[in-house]
Amino acid sequence: MSSTLVATVLGADWQTLADAMGQGGLYALMAVGIGLVFGVLRLVNFAYGQLIMAGAYALAVASERGWPVWEGILLCFGVVLVLTLAMDRVVFRPLRAHSPAVMLVATFAVAFLLQSIALLWFGSLGKIAASLATLNQPVTISGVDIRKISIVTTAVAIGCLLVLVAVLGRTSVGLHMRAAALDFRTARLLGVRANRVIGAAVLISGLLAATVAVMMTVETPLVTPDFALRDTILVLAGVVLGGMNRLVPATLGGFAIGFASGFLGGALPTDKSQYLPSFLFAAVILVLLIRPGGLFTRAGGQAVERL
Amino acid sequence: MSDPALRLEALEVRHGAVHALRGLSLEVDRGEIVGLIGPNGAGKSSTLHAVMGLMRPSAGDVRLGGESIVGRDPEAIARRGIALVPEGRRIFAELSVEENLRLGLAGRRGRGDHDADLQRVFALFPIVEEFRKRPAGSLSGGQQQQLAIGRALVAAPDVLLLDEPSLGLAPRVVDLVFSALQEISAAGIAVLLVEQRAQRTVALASRTYVLSNGSLRLTLGPEAAGDTEKLVAAYFA
Repeated sequence: MSSTLVATVLGADWQTLADAMGQGGLYALMAVGIGLVFGVLRLVNFAYGQLIMAGAYALAVASERGWPVWEGILLCFGVVLVLTLAMDRVVFRPLRAHSPAVMLVATFAVAFLLQSIALLWFGSLGKIAASLATLNQPVTISGVDIRKISIVTTAVAIGCLLVLVAVLGRTSVGLHMRAAALDFRTARLLGVRANRVIGAAVLISGLLAATVAVMMTVETPLVTPDFALRDTILVLAGVVLGGMNRLVPATLGGFAIGFASGFLGGALPTDKSQYLPSFLFAAVILVLLIRPGGLFTRAGGQAVERL
Repeated sequence: MSDPALRLEALEVRHGAVHALRGLSLEVDRGEIVGLIGPNGAGKSSTLHAVMGLMRPSAGDVRLGGESIVGRDPEAIARRGIALVPEGRRIFAELSVEENLRLGLAGRRGRGDHDADLQRVFALFPIVEEFRKRPAGSLSGGQQQQLAIGRALVAAPDVLLLDEPSLGLAPRVVDLVFSALQEISAAGIAVLLVEQRAQRTVALASRTYVLSNGSLRLTLGPEAAGDTEKLVAAYFA
């Protein structure tokens, strides 16, 4: 078994690597979306995948009605942002002072609520988001065929992360977000407005969810109520794996698990790849037993006090 | 007569069953340093927390320049002109010294000339300017305290609250911090100084309140600083 694994890994082609990069990039964006909100709210937003699902349905509806691509993307961003802000107003803010367990259960409830609404509205068979299907065609780069979407996804992920680094590093709201993630109480005592910082984090996480939805429907055009659910669980595992308390390790964790899952999924034969999720989660458990603070954090880092 | 910069009126604060403040009244004027001393658990920190909106008083009032600020969020209070140098300094160790100072700007009302305020901080604490690019966590305790005070000052506050700024500092650094407080109050800022170092606080402040069990025991003038017996008696009253 292990020798076949090594053989498949070594024999992996460029397309598999490019797919893995793309998936790593997508998961890194999701990890940022989850990590940003966790930083300021100490809240693991389990409903993050359902935001992506809603965006994917928006794209599918637009594609069914034959809308131009950009209108579909606009609808996707609109739907995801409205849902994100509503979630913040209706659930996050009123529950902010409560325990992490209460907030976690609340996001579970939101996740299943959104999933049930999708089931009621669109049925269980799913809808097809086909507007961007042309991105699945390959381009030839120095003799190697690579699907356009792999390149687009990687480029978009890098672009988003660069913009985010600039926002967090150079703007005052970015500085306030970083400070709030480190020590929210002291940040507020200095005059940092809690609602503004939380609003900014939630807004950025929504923008990222919509971006991910657009990329993901190219890869998986069939949109069902559990769209992106498995990905969210994997990303959450990656975020915990990398180190939940800090954005960069969390992002690296997301990338690592996306890359690993994309790579192994492509490299392993179909009859073996069904074991992939159990293998990945076993690896996560093992890593956490050895490094409970996360794979990419410095030793001695301590948990941050909640607001 | 104009209102004092900060006035506490019959303030009551409870933490659950504990009565942290029992009808505390005090005031601090512009340009003066007022001390607040007392044994552990006397309610010194609770007083500052109640002013900053971290604890909600069950009765009484906190007035900033005559206007009540009770019930407002901490960030709103900071933005109205009260800056706190918290116990344990609470600087952001992972951010640079400069970023810590920029965070202080969050409390400014309006734009104003923050460069001039920054220069004043650098003049007061040259070490903060020298190390501005370093991670704040790499500074020594005394340097971090200077940064924490500098961070509070760039907000251009009317009232500066300090929670045991001398805690854990070498005597030489305590001298530096206390003389900086004199310059700060001379610039017209009202300073409320919570301290454990009773003698030095009484000597520095224009008056020092002795707090015990959540209420005011005694008010001491600077002349009492030499009177050790009186100080000891005040603590154990």
